[in-house]
Amino acid sequence: MGLRAYVARRILQLIVTFWAFFTLLFVLFRMMPGDPTSMFIMDGMTPEQREQRIAELGLDQPLYVQYVEYARQLLTGDFGQSFIYRDPVIDIIVVRFMNTIVLMGTALVIAYLIGITFGAIMGWWRDSRFERGGIVVTLIARSSPEFWVGIVLLSVFAFWLGWFPSSGMRTTGGELGGGFVARYGSADFLRHLFLPALTGAIVYLATPTLLMRSTMLDVLNADFIEIKKAEGLPERTVLYKHAARNSILPIVTVMAIATGAAMGGSVVIETVFNWPGMGREMVNAVNNNDYPLAMAAFFLMGSVVIIMNFIADLTYVYLDPRVEYE
Amino acid sequence: MSTERTSPIDSATGAVGDGLDYVRTKLEVFEGDRLGQIGLAILVTFLLIGIFARPYTIEFLDLTIPGLTPHDPGERAVGGRLESPSADHPLGTTDMGRDVLSQLIAGTRVTLIVGSLAAFMAVFIGTNVGLVSAYFGGWVDDVLMRITDIVYGVPFLPFAIVLVAILGSSLVNIIVAIVLILWRSTARVIRSQVLSHKQRPYVESAQAIGASHTRIMYRHILPNVLPLTFLYAAFAVGWAVIAEASLSFLGFGDPNMLSWGEMIYNVYTANAIREAWWWVFPPGIAIMLFVMSVFFIGRTLEEVVNPELRHQK
Repeated sequence: MGLRAYVARRILQLIVTFWAFFTLLFVLFRMMPGDPTSMFIMDGMTPEQREQRIAELGLDQPLYVQYVEYARQLLTGDFGQSFIYRDPVIDIIVVRFMNTIVLMGTALVIAYLIGITFGAIMGWWRDSRFERGGIVVTLIARSSPEFWVGIVLLSVFAFWLGWFPSSGMRTTGGELGGGFVARYGSADFLRHLFLPALTGAIVYLATPTLLMRSTMLDVLNADFIEIKKAEGLPERTVLYKHAARNSILPIVTVMAIATGAAMGGSVVIETVFNWPGMGREMVNAVNNNDYPLAMAAFFLMGSVVIIMNFIADLTYVYLDPRVEYE
Repeated sequence: MSTERTSPIDSATGAVGDGLDYVRTKLEVFEGDRLGQIGLAILVTFLLIGIFARPYTIEFLDLTIPGLTPHDPGERAVGGRLESPSADHPLGTTDMGRDVLSQLIAGTRVTLIVGSLAAFMAVFIGTNVGLVSAYFGGWVDDVLMRITDIVYGVPFLPFAIVLVAILGSSLVNIIVAIVLILWRSTARVIRSQVLSHKQRPYVESAQAIGASHTRIMYRHILPNVLPLTFLYAAFAVGWAVIAEASLSFLGFGDPNMLSWGEMIYNVYTANAIREAWWWVFPPGIAIMLFVMSVFFIGRTLEEVVNPELRHQK
């Protein structure tokens, strides 16, 4: 199979996966306990008003009609109204999504920069004390759930030393700037960002470090490294320019997948630090039976995962021409 | 019931000796591997704590084995609420005046149950899917692998949250939610391994003498991929425990079975995280140690499965 056919097939697969995910969502959220109108009954709704409300939401229609209607709404980005905020879900979720992207993006960039460097050095100095110690440290970091790393950092840097704020995204009463830079570039924001981003970075550090180390070991066994060394190039040049560069390939793929997986991690980290992102919003929405909001958050997270897996597959075949398209 | 025998066994005694020999060769893997040894030691300690956490009564012998918990985990101390560690309460008390150490010990069980059951089920499903998929190939492979792809598209924790919200917060539902996602990685890895075994002469000769598909899959191929299954089982235990702890921390844990994650959730909801270090640190450290032990063991197994790693040492 050629590259073109592979890509076409992969796109088809993407569509099927999206459809399946979307059907899963429909089934799950139709099974949710408690009728969506139960919230309004508490507001003193008469049975007639309640029925009218059900009709408004289209819940009196047969299931297949609801399914088609639901598909149409999702495709047009219409997620309905939040029960709690009484605002369109899309307006709420876009802001939250941006906050999550900024937090998890920062965490992942730090994790991969440190992980790649650290892993390359570990592979280079194999059998050293540094390597053995490094493996233990990365395994310990990997064994810690996100919330636990967050709590430790919180206890040390926020409660004990008092260097960083313990929750939120900005000091209450702080100026809400208009532009992107004013919003996400202010010193106050960065101080709030530091601990949650560091938490994510520590948790996601293990994968690139261990992977970089093992691919480095493979590459270092290759003949061309011996040749470069024999040419009399300085060690540093061989390490960074030749060995590390050739080891980075598998990392790119894993990075795309990790970005998707970080969506799940955001749920926990945002709860620990009270970060107003999508993960925390989803937990709140599920707890308050705010289905439209919970579903939109879940849909967006799943979409990021699916698209990232797709990108991972494509970059892999693009970067490594030796890959067989099976 | 098997009996433990410590004396050297004559090879002529047969099965028991063979069994012990088998275990011994398996344990040799851990020789000279400090990390693996530490992992095993921690895991065995947790196992013992979990087994002897609460008192047992063997009725027909009229015997009661005392539990390890100094107090009843639900009992309220006479002293006070949020007490810092003392002789009577080595790890202090909670906001309800309950003994933290007893809760910690009792919580070991939940971790062991979730870790072992979820990992076993996930690996069981994953191994079978991978085996059947690779062995039969064709449309069977296509269908099973597309399902696996779809499961890869579902974000783990958010899915578990929604499922537990729908089915209700019980330990069984939490395990189901974890298993429904966790089998995917085993399925993919076992499939690729079986694909390479399928081409080997031993499978061909089994087919030639007319062995059934089931027999070839489970008698001939499975034993060859079993080490890989064990490796994935070790990692699955770790991920399952982390997932349960995270779910409980978010408030979706089983209210009737106090787990370590739920203890930390309680600290959060009691707004005591700033002062009650004795309440928040022990369960967190316990989760970390437990997951660390299975990952250390997994690393040792990895070297068995992938001999290349051994040469690089």
